Amino acid sequence: MSPVEHHFGQYGGQYVPETLMPALEELEREWLAAWGDAGYRARLDQLLSDFAGRPTPLFLAERVSERVGRPVYFKREDLNHTGSHKLNNALGQVLLAKRMGKRRIIAETGAGQHGVATATVCALLDMECMVYMGIEDTRRQRPNVERMQLLGAEVTAVQAGAGTLKEATSEAIRDWVASVGDTHYVIGSVVGPAPYPSIVRELQRVIGDEARAQILERAGRLPERVVACVGGGSNSMGIFTAFLDDADVQLVGVEAGGEGIGGPRHGAPLTVGARPGILHGSRSAVMQDEEGQILEAHSISAGLDYPGAGPQHAALRDSGRARYEAVDDVDALAALREVTRLEGIIPALETAHALAWVLARDDGELDLVSLSGRGDKDLAQVLQS
Amino acid sequence: MSGPERIAAAFAASGKRAALMPYVMGGYPTLEESLRIAQACVDAGADIIELGVPFSDPLADGPVIQAAGGAALAAGADLAGVLRVAEQLAKQLPVVLMCYANMVFAPGALAFCERLAQTGASGLIVPDLPPEEGEPVLAACRQTGLSFVPLVAPTTTPERMRLVGSRADGFLYAVSLVGTTGERSSLPETFGEVIAHARAASPVPVALGFGIATPEQALQAAQAGADGVIVGTRLVRAAGEGDDPAASVGALVGEFAAALSAGR
Repeated sequence: MSPVEHHFGQYGGQYVPETLMPALEELEREWLAAWGDAGYRARLDQLLSDFAGRPTPLFLAERVSERVGRPVYFKREDLNHTGSHKLNNALGQVLLAKRMGKRRIIAETGAGQHGVATATVCALLDMECMVYMGIEDTRRQRPNVERMQLLGAEVTAVQAGAGTLKEATSEAIRDWVASVGDTHYVIGSVVGPAPYPSIVRELQRVIGDEARAQILERAGRLPERVVACVGGGSNSMGIFTAFLDDADVQLVGVEAGGEGIGGPRHGAPLTVGARPGILHGSRSAVMQDEEGQILEAHSISAGLDYPGAGPQHAALRDSGRARYEAVDDVDALAALREVTRLEGIIPALETAHALAWVLARDDGELDLVSLSGRGDKDLAQVLQS
Repeated sequence: MSGPERIAAAFAASGKRAALMPYVMGGYPTLEESLRIAQACVDAGADIIELGVPFSDPLADGPVIQAAGGAALAAGADLAGVLRVAEQLAKQLPVVLMCYANMVFAPGALAFCERLAQTGASGLIVPDLPPEEGEPVLAACRQTGLSFVPLVAPTTTPERMRLVGSRADGFLYAVSLVGTTGERSSLPETFGEVIAHARAASPVPVALGFGIATPEQALQAAQAGADGVIVGTRLVRAAGEGDDPAASVGALVGEFAAALSAGR
């Protein structure tokens, strides 16, 4: 049985309109039943293997290793079908929705990777799919909009606010408030009201479970540090979870420093110690003003351009089990270019934040990096920067 | 008089088939104008005013109220300004503040409620705060003499209806439909059931809100047993149109009041 936490210390919870509460209760019940059902698990495992291509490889990045003076391994989620770790969660949740008898799927997306993953599974399982995406993100991640449409999903460009992930998520929640009877909302990260942070973590922990076994086999030891980028925080939580009980393994989450965490234009609420606040149904570290208005985040990377982070990350930060640092736009772009030339892998701009953190360090013994996604979607933006 | 007592008295004294509860977005289009609009509602026969606090991410609101909140914030509205509006109105009739959870918790629930109670307001509605998370706010309301107004929806199960209903001490806010705020051409067929279930679950009056756009719909709600009728988006839309928003909102509220008074 998978645990479903409603709170992580002082974080988490269910701050949603009453209309959704029965749906969250139903979701938790159905999720626990499915997770304990061998048939559901077998179907999910089969799709993860035959459709997604798991397990993804563990790659010793030799030239990066040489450059930083220690072994650096990449967990290759970019080789997952659709080009990122997002498919792991989308497969599990859409399968669950199908089992629950829902006919329609909605999702929010920032960089478009979660939207593409969800649209892909909806095509596979014959479900109606609506993806909400901020209008600014539809511009900077155009190829993913076209992929979603080709897959048969409808993409709604959300105009409100800065037109990024925060607004897309708000609009998806509003759709769900009105459509909750026949619709499942596939949240793409370890955010939102309980049980979502737990469900998404359990569906993403395959990243860390695989990587831990792979690195023990390949390197004969555990990594000194596990490094992953954090927007909402699903790839990081997915890889961290397997190492939580390994007290000697440091967990490092890398947030978007944007134009610098000294100013307001960043997406690093965990790093800067933002006050606890309520955003999109749960309590976590949130960028907000004195009165509690949520602030707009800023990042060159649409997937990290979010003023909140998953509640379990906030709890891991407070307990000291994980630490969070920020990498700014300029360094992330430089890391993308450098790793591309060194390893022949074009990482996503999101992932490039974690890589920049690794490249900036000359200490340590062995790093494991979650290479959460591929950067094809970012080419236009990278080439114009 | 405590908040719950003042609200109960307003329901009892309304003299209409159901108490008329206009929603006014604080600070929209400006703080001064929102006070004039609310005053027009009072003058046109409102029994209780529901005063909205603009919020950056209002998950329970449809496009009209979202846009009004955004415009209010852009025009410089803040909590202090909206509370000044509340203070002016509370001298005349009960005011219930509608405010999203993050703003209530930002200074701490007790500090927020103390500040609200000091304006003379009577109650607090937090649209994204189910009972599972609501204990600190409920306690703070009780401690400061404010009414805590919970919401029930058509999706609310009978068990939850009892749980939510047991916490209401001024009135219970029944959401008429499955969706966000906004005008609908007709009320869903099930709105009468929501009222009946809510009434059975709670000893306090039940007010129906969401989707009520015409005086005829308000009368239908009253005839189905609602003790109060909340009119929001229709009035907020009027507040954004024309040269004299206070006059147009006042005229509309007058029509709702007339419909709810007919035959009494």
